[in-house]
Parts: sequence; structure tokens; C-alpha cells
Amino acid sequence: MDFLIDTWTGLPTVVQILAKIVLIAVPIMLTVAYLTLAERKVIGYIQVRIGPNRVGPRGLLQPIADGIKLAFKEIIIPTNANKALFIMGPLLALAPALAAWAVIPFDEPLILANIDAGLLYILALTSGSVYGIIFAGWASNSKYAFLGALRSAAQVVSYEIAMGFALVCVLMAGGSLNLRDIVLAQQGGVWTWFWLPLLPMFVVYFLSGVAETNRAPFDVAEGESEIVAGFHVEYSGMTFALFFLAEYANMILISALTALMFFGGWLSPFQGIPVLESWFAWVPGMAWLFAKMAVFLFLFLWFRATFPRYRYDQIMRLGWKVFLPVTLIWIPVLGVWIMLGIWPFH
Amino acid sequence: MAIEPVIFWVFSTILVLSAGAVVTVRNPVHAVIFLVLAFFTSAAIWILLEAEFLALALVLVYVGAVMVLFLFVVMMLDINIAPLREGFVRNLWVGIPVLAIVIYELWVVVGEKQFGLDKVAAPAGHAADYSNTKELGSILYTVYMYPFELAAVILLVAIVAAIALTLRRRPQTKYQDPAQQVLVKRGDRVRLVKMAAEKKQ
Repeated sequence: MDFLIDTWTGLPTVVQILAKIVLIAVPIMLTVAYLTLAERKVIGYIQVRIGPNRVGPRGLLQPIADGIKLAFKEIIIPTNANKALFIMGPLLALAPALAAWAVIPFDEPLILANIDAGLLYILALTSGSVYGIIFAGWASNSKYAFLGALRSAAQVVSYEIAMGFALVCVLMAGGSLNLRDIVLAQQGGVWTWFWLPLLPMFVVYFLSGVAETNRAPFDVAEGESEIVAGFHVEYSGMTFALFFLAEYANMILISALTALMFFGGWLSPFQGIPVLESWFAWVPGMAWLFAKMAVFLFLFLWFRATFPRYRYDQIMRLGWKVFLPVTLIWIPVLGVWIMLGIWPFH
Repeated sequence: MAIEPVIFWVFSTILVLSAGAVVTVRNPVHAVIFLVLAFFTSAAIWILLEAEFLALALVLVYVGAVMVLFLFVVMMLDINIAPLREGFVRNLWVGIPVLAIVIYELWVVVGEKQFGLDKVAAPAGHAADYSNTKELGSILYTVYMYPFELAAVILLVAIVAAIALTLRRRPQTKYQDPAQQVLVKRGDRVRLVKMAAEKKQ
């Protein structure tokens, strides 16, 4: 063990960081793969079907089979497509979804980069992910793809504002832009986690997150019934797979952020409860974080199985006329609340 | 070797090249994309200057919102590029002196007389717990309180003006009141008619 630690600390910093990146990125990719299976299974059972059960025991190898199939398919580039941008689209969609994980704290000491403005970094990066979709839509040289890209761009920009204001409330309550400090500010059990004092913000943030990832019921960017498959209609094989990876990686990211900012991240839900706290003291913080993320990921799947797609004008109305005023009102309310020092802010 | 100069030179090379490409590429969409790249790389240089709040705000506001809308508009415009490039040589004799004056002015203002290495010392690095965000916030809400509020009010006026300019009553649009839509009951739309079965003749 000592030998291992010595070798690790002996490595150059760049190698150490690269190893940590691999340690974060590979599990994300695996989670994405099995999230696709989970989605098909969950929606299957909700709709009284069985879902995929042919490949491997209980269908467990289905994501591997899908991955191999997509990897060996031909990548078709449409005539008159802008080749460079066409290839860059999927890459730009995936890159921010992975890069944002750099500042996600998995446990109190477990962060790749404990930067001061972590929340802002995440907001900046996720706002950049829309370029993948816009590039894809424009470079495909196809009307459907272009319409999908425009819808997506307008939707992401609209919901980002509400999302940003919800995050302003979080940073006011946490007193920091650093995600680790925000989690630590929520210490003290379920009732002091920010979901309760910031309940409207939690709802706004999570629903905006669903809208930002272009998931059902906000998936007009794909809109099969009107514009075939939206922005990725011309994509095949691995380029299509990258869009898929990006969408699921973003879902996981939004779940992680919701868990961190509103549900105490790695903090145990039994904190402050006399007996249960000591019973569950052995559970590592990461396990709590993953459990909370799993709940939100399930919500994503549940939404998709339950709600019909929004009409486009209703999406815009919800973003601008409902979410935005709610956040704008909640910011001064929260300011007064914190100034007065009433529970849980002292 | 220190890594900062390498980062600086890499990013500033990309910045200068992409800024040049903004005005030289033929396709307007490509120009906008190069502008996005220029914003992004200048944000990286700001991070190198330990101004992470400004850098991230630049990415968030310009790359994430303004340029998306810009791209949105430019992509939908059907610009014929040929007429835009006409008269390049004819206008050159105006362009070159203007360019020379601009470069001279820049050199006078930010040249080595004002910002030479002997005038401005290299900034000292801050400790790891230095928070650019806190620093900026405390100075913005104390020393520069009134300018900051003024800027906010001016922006608000601009928003009001923009909305007032574009707002017009359009009676011919089929506006649907969502509150009314939600209140609709089945009975309002469906009428069940009871009638006796008809016999074949």
C-alpha cells in the first residue's frame, strides 16, 4: 500500500490529473451506456412491456451490442454539408458535458478541481453545449435539422436565464460559488438542505435542466412527429452515438448538480437524527450522492414515459412567463430572508 | 520551464488568428463561429490573469447567449456574398489610411510609453485562496456602487425601449389564453348525441 502511494505521489502532476480524469470519465461513459438500458427497461415496465431482454442475461449486454453496432456503421456525410462543422457538432455537444465534471465534488475531499467559481464554470460550460446542436443543424444542410437546431437554440437560451437566476439563489443561500462550500453550507440533516428554503428554485432548476437537455416533455428539438429527428436527422453511426452520449451525460450532470445544490450532495440524510445517524455512519458520502442522482435520473425517465410533448409556444410561455418571474421574485425574498437571519440562515 | 508563457502564446496565437479570420473568411456563419472562438480564447487568457469571474462571465454571456442569438440570425439570413466583396480595391485607398490611423492611435494609447515593462511591473501571483469573485463583488458594491446602479438602469431603459419598439398589437393573430385552455371541460367540446339505431331500408 505504501509502495502504491509512493509511486502515485512520485508521478508528475499532469499524469496524476490525467489519471483522475480517466477515473471520472470512464464511469460516466459506463453509466451513460447503462442509463440507456435503464431508460428502456423503466419505460417498458411503465408501459406494461418487458423492454430489451434478448442480449445477455436479462438484456444486460444490450448497451454493449448497441455500442458495437453504432461503432461499425458507416458515417454518412450529406452532399453539400459543411464537413468540418458537421463533424464538430457532435464533438462540441459531448465535450462540455464531460468537462463540467471537473468541478463536481463527489465527497468532501474528492474533487478534480476545487475552483473558486465552480458554479459559474458549470453554467458557462453547459451554456456552450448548445453549439453542438446549432452546428449540427446548420451544417447538415437539411431543413428538418435546421428547424430542430433553431428550436433548440431558442429553448436553451430561454431556460438558461431562469436556470441562472435559480443558481443565483443557491449561491446566495450557500454564500459561495464553490460547489464544495455550497454542500457544506447545507449541513444539518434533510430539513436544512436547500430544497426546502429554495423549494420554488429547486423546481425551476430541475425543470429547466430537463428543458436544457432537450428531454421529454421539452424535446421539440427532436420532435419526431413534426421534424423527423430534428438536429440529428442526418447523422449516423458514431456521430449519432456522440449526440446520444451527450444527451445522457447531460442528464447525469443535471442530476448530480441538483443533488449537490438542493439535496446536500454527499451529506447523509440521517444527519442529526440520534440513532439512525450512527447506524448509517459507515455509508460513504459518495454512495449518498449516487443514490440522490439515481432518484433524479429516474425522474427524467418517468417524465418521458408520462408526459406528452409540450407545444412550442407553451415551452416559451413556461420559460419566460412562469419560471422567470418566479425566480425574479424569489431573489429579493431570499435576500430579505438571509438579512433577517431566520432559519436556516444564520 | 514555466507553463504560463506556453499557455499564453498558444491562446493568444489562436485569438489573433481567429480574430483575423472573423473579417477575412467568406462565409458569414464561419465568421461568427470564429468570433465565438475569439471570445473563448480571450476568456482563457483572462483566466491566466486570475480574473476567473470575468472570464467565466464572458463565456456565459457572450459565448452562451449573445453569440447563440447572433448565429441564429446570421444562419437564417440568406446573404449573397458576392456584392459584399465588390469594390475591395476601389475602397482600399480609404481603408489603408484609416487602418494606419487606428493602429497609430492604439500604439499611442496602449504602446510602450504608457504600458512598457519599465512602467508597469508584472503582476504578482495571488495565493490559492484568492477569490476574484469576492474581490470584484466587494469593490462593485462599495466603491463603484453608483456607476454600477447607473449602468443597470441604463440597461433597463434599453430593454424597455427595445420592447416598446417591437411591441405592436396584432389583432389578427390567433392568441390562445392558457388559463382558458386549462379550464376547458369535456362537455365544452364533445356533445354526445343519443339516437335510435337506424334500420336498413
